[in-house]
Amino acid sequence: MTDTLTPESNVTAVPAAPPAETRVMRLRNFWSDYRQSWVAIAALIVIVALVLGAFFAPFLVPQDPYDLAKLDWLDAFLPPGTEGSGGYAHVLGTDNAGRDMLSAIFYGLRTSFVIGISAGALALAVGITVGLTAAYFGGRIEALLMRIVDLQLSMPAILLALVMVAMLGQGIPQIIFALVVAQYAYFARTTHGAASVERRKDYIEAARSTPLPTWRVMFKHLLPNVLPPLIVVATVQVASAISLEATLSFLGVGLPLTEPSLGTLISNGFKYIHAGRYWLSIYPGIFLMITVVAINLVGDQVRNVLDPRNSR
Amino acid sequence: MTAALEVKGLTTRFDTRGGAVTAVNDVSFTVEKGRILGLVGESGSGKSVTGFSIMGLIDAPGEVRAGQVLVDGSDLRGLSDEDMRKMRGSKVAMVFQDPMMTLNPVLRVGDQMAMAVRVHRKMSKNAALEEARKALETVGIPSPAERLKAYPHQLSGGMRQRVAIAMALLHSPSVIIADEATTALDVSIQGQILAEVRELADNTGAAIVWITHDLAVVSSLADDICVMYAGRIVERGTAAQVIGQPRHPYTKGLLESIPALHEPGTPLPQIPGSTPQLSRLPQGCPFRPRCPRATEICAKTPPEDTVDGQTVLCHHPLERS
Amino acid sequence: MFGYLVGRLSQAVVVVFVMSIIVFVGVYAIGNPIDVMIDPGATAEIRENLIRQYGLDQPLWRQYFTFVGNVFQGDLGRSMVYNTSVTGLVFSRLPATVELVLVSVTIAAVIGIPAGLYAGYKPDGIAAKLIMALSVLGFSVPTFWIGMLLIMAFAVELGWLPSGGRGEVAEFLWFKTSLATSDGWAHVIMPAINLSLFKMGLLIRLTRAGMVEAMGAEYVRFARAQGLPDRQIVFSHILRNISIPVITVFGLELGSTLAFAVVTETVFNWPGVGKLIIDSILTLDRPVMVSYLVMVVILFVLINLIVDLIYARLDPRVRLKGGS
Repeated sequence: MTDTLTPESNVTAVPAAPPAETRVMRLRNFWSDYRQSWVAIAALIVIVALVLGAFFAPFLVPQDPYDLAKLDWLDAFLPPGTEGSGGYAHVLGTDNAGRDMLSAIFYGLRTSFVIGISAGALALAVGITVGLTAAYFGGRIEALLMRIVDLQLSMPAILLALVMVAMLGQGIPQIIFALVVAQYAYFARTTHGAASVERRKDYIEAARSTPLPTWRVMFKHLLPNVLPPLIVVATVQVASAISLEATLSFLGVGLPLTEPSLGTLISNGFKYIHAGRYWLSIYPGIFLMITVVAINLVGDQVRNVLDPRNSR
Repeated sequence: MTAALEVKGLTTRFDTRGGAVTAVNDVSFTVEKGRILGLVGESGSGKSVTGFSIMGLIDAPGEVRAGQVLVDGSDLRGLSDEDMRKMRGSKVAMVFQDPMMTLNPVLRVGDQMAMAVRVHRKMSKNAALEEARKALETVGIPSPAERLKAYPHQLSGGMRQRVAIAMALLHSPSVIIADEATTALDVSIQGQILAEVRELADNTGAAIVWITHDLAVVSSLADDICVMYAGRIVERGTAAQVIGQPRHPYTKGLLESIPALHEPGTPLPQIPGSTPQLSRLPQGCPFRPRCPRATEICAKTPPEDTVDGQTVLCHHPLERS
Repeated sequence: MFGYLVGRLSQAVVVVFVMSIIVFVGVYAIGNPIDVMIDPGATAEIRENLIRQYGLDQPLWRQYFTFVGNVFQGDLGRSMVYNTSVTGLVFSRLPATVELVLVSVTIAAVIGIPAGLYAGYKPDGIAAKLIMALSVLGFSVPTFWIGMLLIMAFAVELGWLPSGGRGEVAEFLWFKTSLATSDGWAHVIMPAINLSLFKMGLLIRLTRAGMVEAMGAEYVRFARAQGLPDRQIVFSHILRNISIPVITVFGLELGSTLAFAVVTETVFNWPGVGKLIIDSILTLDRPVMVSYLVMVVILFVLINLIVDLIYARLDPRVRLKGGS
């Protein structure tokens, strides 16, 4: 075949291969691509602010909302901006038990983040293990594991979580477990998809033929290559864990009012919206919405940046 | 007699994030009725963009900035979008590289062809299918009526490309532009199709612009050859002139690196360096950094030099023996 | 084709069987429903009788086989809370849910698909950006929260629509539906919109992605080179191509809409099966939970099967592979 004009065949002096990318360079490139969108930057700032706010809540807000001794029934249902018996203004009002809403929201946010992040991280770990195991071993193990994963994926997460919570009962560890069961399959599918493409490449075969232990090959060689798509799924899944937990709590099967998350606060406030006491449910809802949307926006941008089709 | 296609000073630019890029720079050529022009160049030389510019199919951020495209003497560039659309397929038609991708995978061949017929001529679907069947017959497809009912994936690559050529022929256009139309095919199928294209040009009188990177293909097919480099036509002449006595150092380099034309057992000569990036072209002659004959003067825009109708864009053209 | 169908069906039966065991065992691991049901002051004798009546003294595997045996006779057991047959209970609640899901799916498709097509056709326009921003909201903001905002705006503040419950029902053909009365529509519209938003966001993204990809496809370029007008290219060429993934995902999502109805039904106090399952979880009404879950599993397996068949029907390339 006279393939005379392709550039490759005409090159005598092969240009030096670009220097191997260091981790720092990759991060720097990532960041310079990421900041192309000001929306994504704003979303990132919002998330950082919310996480810091939630973490340092005890130092930031005027009240420990769950120290019952500090609550005063006379302060119940104060509209936003009213000064209560504590001698300070309740910026976002108070709830039916006289809790300062702003304080309750930041404590609730803390619970939501703890649940969302730990559920996301655990689901990631379980999903990676299942996905890599399936991709690495292939054959029957792969068929069985991925069958289960696909079956779970065809069911909506909310349903699985509902069943799990119904079985396990209420409480933070129970909720986290339910969320992991409902969500690990997304990670497993993504890992398996990326890893089974990688597995067929020569370098894995080469690594397998050395006497390295199996798990080392799996984690040291396969994992780095399936990481980019997983990062994207992970961001989105943390957001959906937070919103799933809020939904469960709203339905009354999640967290009790004694360890409230944003969902519990909204659920509690929902009882009073017909009475015009909107602030009990609206404000925690706004925080929930901002959190979830911001995480999703960050995830979107990370996806754009990591997508090889968009690389320059 | 007016030429079927006359391109004058065609210039197409793309405004990208990395700066403006002139993909087609002051390109001019003429194709008479029934003649085949080979437009040769490496990927990135602007040959495909030239084809799309003629068709009026340049999308943002690209734009045809200057020049004329005369088909049977009338300029397409001044037409409104709607009038230009009416010219496509009826006056100027195009065939693409990958026959797997150019046909819609989920529509039957017949439906796609009937749509192409009826967009320019009012007729019933059945009459349009009959037209399509005749067109398939013309390009040598056996049992064309059955092929109309097939989906593209049920046809072989060569068959699909014949369908695409048949679709280009539907309205007997004055100009057919074929962009790497046989590149994806097996060599034997390629030969068959080239022979058929030659015959088509002779029989229908259509002017054909055959765009390819493969100098060997056009040397056997084309009447005239234009060689493109970095958006410009650097050499233009009859096929015999360009192949037999190349005057541009780039054309000569190309010809020497065709294995089939080369003395066996000796190393294949190559053109040093690689295709320049259009956004970072050197001053003057763009081939200068890779050219064995380059001197100081090449930093200035090279002059046009014509001998016996063979035009070359070079400060130091090769002498004709 | 026939062999394929038999293969898929037997697979489906296995899946349903396995899931039913998991669900049964899982649900029966939860607390003791007798404690919830009876008055703590009741005598030990009444207690024993009840346990025997519901078969709770039997080992788990025998309870399961009794359950399966009854299911094949169309008997899903008796609700411990309502003390009526579960079959009757579920079927009395089902029309409300189906009604809600159908209206919301229609809203999602009628708005989502054209919006997505447009956003993909002119991806850089302001309208497209706006559509995409809305889709992100529809997709990431929790359903119950949007539902609450709707109630606050349209029921509490403006007073235009009722805040919950199902409206008047009237006979339409052979069944009773609230879609036959204007009061029924006033009640269904808000929950239906609420339930549709997630799906709408999904549809917008899906059609937009398909449209963007198709607009750059070679076959579209070729169609333009034939002089086809954009409108015809979109409607005859592209729509046919992207309808395949859109219908597939849409079908699969039908099941999840049913599941998400749980949330919307709770917010709007809609008397459907979703509300029933939440109540049964809160009251530990095991037979209702098990029946609902097994029904949902069957439904999912069925939907998956149907979507697969439609997919094979729509895409000629698949048809050939699975073919006779």
